[in-house]
Amino acid sequence: MSTRLATGGRLLDKGRQVSFTFNGKRMTGCAGDTLASALLANDQVMMGRSFKYHRPRGVVASGAEEPNALVGLGTGARFEPNQRATTTELFEGLSAASQNHWPSLDYDIGAVNQAFARFLPAGFYYKMFMFPRVFWKHVYEPFIRQSAGLGKAPDAETRDADTYEHFHAYTDVLVIGGGIAGLQAALAAGRSGARVLVMEQTPHWGGRAPVDGGEVDGKPAEAFIDAAVAELEAMDNVTLRLRCMGAGVYDHGYVLGYERLSDHAPGADGPRHRLWRVRAGQVITATGAIERPLSFAGNDVPGVMLASALRDYVVNWGVSAGDRTVVVTNNDDAYRTALVLLDAGLNVPLILDARAGGGGALADEARARGIRVETGKGIAKVKGRARVTGVAICAQAGEGAVLEEVPCDAVAMSGGWSPVVHLWSHCGGKLNWDDALAMFRPDAGRAPTGHDGAPFVAACGAANGEFGLNAILKDANTAGQTAARATGHKPGRKGAPKASDAGDEAPLEQVWLMPQGANIKLRMKAWLDYQNDVKVSDVQLAAREGYESVEHTKRYTTLGMATDQGKLSNINGLAVLSNVLGQPIPQAGTTTFRPPYTPISMGAIAGEARGALFQPIRRTTVHDWHEAQNAYMEPVGHWRRPYCFPKAGESHEDAVQREVRATRDSLGLLDASTLGKLIVKGPDAGRFMDMMYTNMMSNLAVGKCRYGLMCSENGFLMDDGVVARLSDDTWLCHTTTGGAERVHAHMEEFLQTEWWDWQIFVANVTEQYAQFGVVGPNSRKVLEKLGGVDLSKEALAFMQWTEGTLAGIESRIFRISFSGELSYEVAVPASMGRAFWNKLLEAGKEFGVTPYGTEALHIMRAEKGFIMIGDETDGTVIPQDLGLNWAISKKKEDYIGKRAQARSYMTNPERWKLVGLETVDGSVLPDGAYAVGEGVNANGQRVVQGRVTSTYHSPTLERGIAMGLVLHGPDRMGEVLDFPRLDGSIVQAKIVDHVWFDKDGEKQNV
Amino acid sequence: MLILHCPYCGVMADETELHGGGEAHLTRHGPGSSDEDFHDYLFAKENPRGVHFERWRHVQGCGKWFHAARDTATLEVFGTYPAQTTEPPKAIRKAITAKRPGWTWRGFSDPAK
Amino acid sequence: MRRYSAFAIAREAARYHSGWGKAWSSPEPKKKYDVIIVGAGGHGLATAFYLGRNFGITNVAVIEKGWLGGGNTGRNTTIIRSNYLQDPSAAIYEKSRSLYETMSQDLNYNVMFSPRGVMMLAQTQAEVRGYLRTAQANALQGVSTRFIQPAEVKKLVPIINLDGPRYPVLGALWQDRAGTARHDAVAWGYARACSDMGMDIIQQCEVTAVRREGGRVVGVDTTKGAIDCDKLGIVVAGNSGVMAERAGFRLPIESVALQALVSEPIKPCMDVVVMANTVHGYMSQSDKGEMVIGGGADGFNNYTQRGSFHHIEETVRALVETFPMVSRLKMLRQWGGIVDMTGDRSPILSKTPVEGVFINGGWGTGGFKATPGSGWAMAELMAKGHSPLTDEFSMWRFKEGKFIDESVAAGVAH
Repeated sequence: MSTRLATGGRLLDKGRQVSFTFNGKRMTGCAGDTLASALLANDQVMMGRSFKYHRPRGVVASGAEEPNALVGLGTGARFEPNQRATTTELFEGLSAASQNHWPSLDYDIGAVNQAFARFLPAGFYYKMFMFPRVFWKHVYEPFIRQSAGLGKAPDAETRDADTYEHFHAYTDVLVIGGGIAGLQAALAAGRSGARVLVMEQTPHWGGRAPVDGGEVDGKPAEAFIDAAVAELEAMDNVTLRLRCMGAGVYDHGYVLGYERLSDHAPGADGPRHRLWRVRAGQVITATGAIERPLSFAGNDVPGVMLASALRDYVVNWGVSAGDRTVVVTNNDDAYRTALVLLDAGLNVPLILDARAGGGGALADEARARGIRVETGKGIAKVKGRARVTGVAICAQAGEGAVLEEVPCDAVAMSGGWSPVVHLWSHCGGKLNWDDALAMFRPDAGRAPTGHDGAPFVAACGAANGEFGLNAILKDANTAGQTAARATGHKPGRKGAPKASDAGDEAPLEQVWLMPQGANIKLRMKAWLDYQNDVKVSDVQLAAREGYESVEHTKRYTTLGMATDQGKLSNINGLAVLSNVLGQPIPQAGTTTFRPPYTPISMGAIAGEARGALFQPIRRTTVHDWHEAQNAYMEPVGHWRRPYCFPKAGESHEDAVQREVRATRDSLGLLDASTLGKLIVKGPDAGRFMDMMYTNMMSNLAVGKCRYGLMCSENGFLMDDGVVARLSDDTWLCHTTTGGAERVHAHMEEFLQTEWWDWQIFVANVTEQYAQFGVVGPNSRKVLEKLGGVDLSKEALAFMQWTEGTLAGIESRIFRISFSGELSYEVAVPASMGRAFWNKLLEAGKEFGVTPYGTEALHIMRAEKGFIMIGDETDGTVIPQDLGLNWAISKKKEDYIGKRAQARSYMTNPERWKLVGLETVDGSVLPDGAYAVGEGVNANGQRVVQGRVTSTYHSPTLERGIAMGLVLHGPDRMGEVLDFPRLDGSIVQAKIVDHVWFDKDGEKQNV
Repeated sequence: MLILHCPYCGVMADETELHGGGEAHLTRHGPGSSDEDFHDYLFAKENPRGVHFERWRHVQGCGKWFHAARDTATLEVFGTYPAQTTEPPKAIRKAITAKRPGWTWRGFSDPAK
Repeated sequence: MRRYSAFAIAREAARYHSGWGKAWSSPEPKKKYDVIIVGAGGHGLATAFYLGRNFGITNVAVIEKGWLGGGNTGRNTTIIRSNYLQDPSAAIYEKSRSLYETMSQDLNYNVMFSPRGVMMLAQTQAEVRGYLRTAQANALQGVSTRFIQPAEVKKLVPIINLDGPRYPVLGALWQDRAGTARHDAVAWGYARACSDMGMDIIQQCEVTAVRREGGRVVGVDTTKGAIDCDKLGIVVAGNSGVMAERAGFRLPIESVALQALVSEPIKPCMDVVVMANTVHGYMSQSDKGEMVIGGGADGFNNYTQRGSFHHIEETVRALVETFPMVSRLKMLRQWGGIVDMTGDRSPILSKTPVEGVFINGGWGTGGFKATPGSGWAMAELMAKGHSPLTDEFSMWRFKEGKFIDESVAAGVAH
């Protein structure tokens, strides 16, 4: 059984008991435990079930590479699936549940899949479930989805109880990894004065060194680590972060860090995760290496673990995975585990060394201490189902004939080490295959390059393929100094400290299958990818079927696609593939390493920008007033504008109709502040305006207004609005709501990149003014009541503007109309907006003043036959389609969009043109309806000859009115068209003039 | 996440401060131009795998348009310069030659040639 | 070719699957083919398949610089829908969608087409009107869609938040026979079927030049030698501009990086595909349980198959806003692909200035869904010189100003 040892546990505070639950069962651990170590201490070796076959699975690793021990953590609004037990720090009250089984971890119905494993090889689903066809949607897929997924989904109504934040950081040197390599690199860089940021994903400095032993400068590695951290902490130019993972390296030195602030103390004040967005001059990846499993039958039985992990559990957390551990290896490092186990008083009955020649000094030591060492031998098969009970031994060179069975309750395996090259590779760093050490290591000559074309990432230490303590420290020191130099700092000459080198190590031997000639039955039980249940036989099958590229194999078998992204399995799978294809491993190449290194929370990625901060709402000066009136608001651009102001018990439709009637009968008010306002000023402003608008603007008299159309260079109508000439060299351009930024950018683009010698400034003053539409027969009266400006017909004619002090407030008054009514728009300084609005409401009382929203605005403009950008236009419409030729100057040689409008399809008489559409029965035409023509086109689609662009019920005409674009429309007045409804019925509408209301403009001409 | 030097305000600007504006050194074709020329002006954009000249606007900064010479395959930036010019400055072209001998882009190439 | 079925698997299981042969052969190129297709992605292989299936043209080589299906076919978010507004788009995408319905049976390869339904959320009044218009257009185009109300949205997508503080859900355009498919399987299935018809799929072979005589194509030079042909189809998403240049003409196309990401797998909680264009995010859940999420495209030319992280941030924000529980999930992996953008964001399926050379590209962010329809139409275009499905997608439409603009109703995503 696995248990807590009396000794050891350097990371534990054994005095502090921590209680937690696993699958509802109460357990106890110590402060400093991970969930995995605490579970082992409670003899809970089995921690989950695999994805496909639901095989019992125990923890196999001790860190971020763990594929098996995944749990659902927490409850309610803090529940999170797929948390790795190995990187989850234990805290009081932790509640974890294992995944992927029903009804329970010990008794799982899904485990029946194991019996069918032979029928479920790689890619089986591509070859079946095809007949009958309808079964896929209704039978097969629901069945597959039933078994899909790993962890439980959070509840549908979950609202995350935690908060998240983003940090921006700028640093000269970013060191990722706080093991001895990272610390030494940070020291070397930090001593130069360079700004250094060090990120370590675990809660501890030092990485593996304290576990693996060795001395630095004559003292234990741990002492070196403490001293290094102390020195770094004392440097002002160095920042150290624990629990902070380097998640991804992106172009031009952009790096993502993922700091888990309170995962180990849920509910603590402050954010749960912090996403670091770092711009680094140089990045040093000191990310260490990951041990590889060996591929033998039953290598997934709970109790089979990486040799280094077993060692970690004993040294760091004082837990043993079993009393009797068989060690199986192809290299010397695993002997360290055997010795550590002996030191802890545990039994190692046997070391199986697959190498015929056996190991070096460490092997000698193991033998000297009485451990039986068998060379040239391996494991034929692990005995046991939910727990290791023993191993069957065979010759590595053979096919798996069993020589002997040895009882044990744990197996420590080591297939060699793979440098963690993920961060090196994210942004294009290339790798070389080191055949002696059987690993891919960074090729310093092909490093990722930054904006200046120079390398900006360097790997050091084990991440760079260096394994001796001395070599690691030297490599790291060089990396730190080089990075400092590259960022313009002068590193001293201080060399790396001297470390005690291990004794002679015998070279590793590549062992990709154990035994090398393992028969198919063994290969079908030799796991490569634990989580996705990919075995040696699957990769071999894929290769045989022609899925030869490493990407094909990966995708066909799902190798390396699980939540661990193949940290344990990729190299082993690649080697198996290469062997089948008879090609060297580097020729097959690796799959692409993609960020993040380990999964990061969506909450952290979203950061603070959620809820009200998701996209902050732009507010006009009277936004609060609208809300206080319970206006029904709609999102428009960055604003939310009142759609209508329903009274108690009133429907939106009724409110809109009332607002229109009240405005047409007496007085309506509109908050028009969202309309864009741009100032164009300068000696060349006139000719610039002529280029920007289709009509002539340079000859507009000071004091007058003109409606203008603006097109894109591609000819399409993009914006419209009233332009006022403020002075000899100044024009004020009104744009649509939300159009100001776009139009401003459009102007600046031409100003800066085409006519940069023209003398003009453009300023966006949208925010500087509050603007209100004062609309209706009583509009003049109410403004006169406010007093201060002569607004008589003679003093301020239609399409003129004036300035003055209205009701004591500085105002600019435009006599313009988007409704056909006598109407003014009054602009006041934004700071006076609310005050002026209040005065309007007050003065308007006697006229039954009625604030109206966007829908009433739309109806009134449609009644008057005015187009609306976004309704009559959709990015494919040119002004000529809308009968707006009157607003296109014939005299101008050029304007933006003119050339485009001369292209053959733009001048084609078959283009649909704007007309009014009057339903025969008075009903409202459906939104977006099309007028059908005769028959179908070559693709069998119904021929159409027009469409509705705006459609409303007009309270003024008391009938449905619509505008639309119709083939030859203006030439077909009086013709009746068929518009199918979605239910198939037909609405008939007559083509009419699109100006419905007051065609002669008498209402506004008063 | 690119970082580009704004030649106006002098800062190294993150991509999030910038707005990409497509191919640089376009010649505007207005009324009177041929269908071919107008089409090419609007649509036939250079799309090389390698050296490219493009427009950027420092939209969240000084608001100015500038040009960048950049490699679309490696994302290396050879230099940036104000947009108020009809051809890349000689210094920029030389800088490209130093890194990508023999480069050409539209009518432009190594200034030594 | 060995037929795939449950029985075949059972038979093979008895001998530990030792009897499966190659899904496709990998021959050396012949001297000459009637047709060469450059690019063994989904579209290229589908083109070859329908040349054989519909027109009996089987002396065909599909030449691929990398591995078949290794480009955007294997990098997309696998959405299949045809709820397009404009007639030419609706025609080719609906053709495509209908071909997906029977693709597994047609190819004898389970591509797992899953008509689970695609929903496009309307979150502004303008979007409501846009989708009502699309629904009207679809009804006349023979595309089955309807506009649904918020309550039905919630029923179909229990994890959605209808009342986000910024953009409430006002309704959605719903296409119930739209869905997803297993993207790699589409390429593999076509490859296997093409190989079975005697076509040659030549991987790890780059076309370095297009040989022409008197304005017409006579063959290509490749890294495996010169190969003659009568007709050449260029179907190389992400590299269309580069290949066109080798064939001697220019394309109105720019290449940019588009990103996507997946979450860790969780138990099924969302059965339909949801696209939220106002906030720029879309999401579905794969049969493996991962939430598959489409991100934004960079605003600059890029061939690196990487993208900027801020697009991922924006997308994830939008999804957390739309589906709050997503906040408790984790991003497993992000990646990029290179997409070809045309002037109107619609594809080009066209003859070219070089006689005998045909181009299929510019699918932008929406190519996967079009795979079979694109192949069907391209095959007809190459065999007959014209196809009603491709007529409007000519590369010369930009000169006339005759655009096919889909941004009218929808937002960013295709």
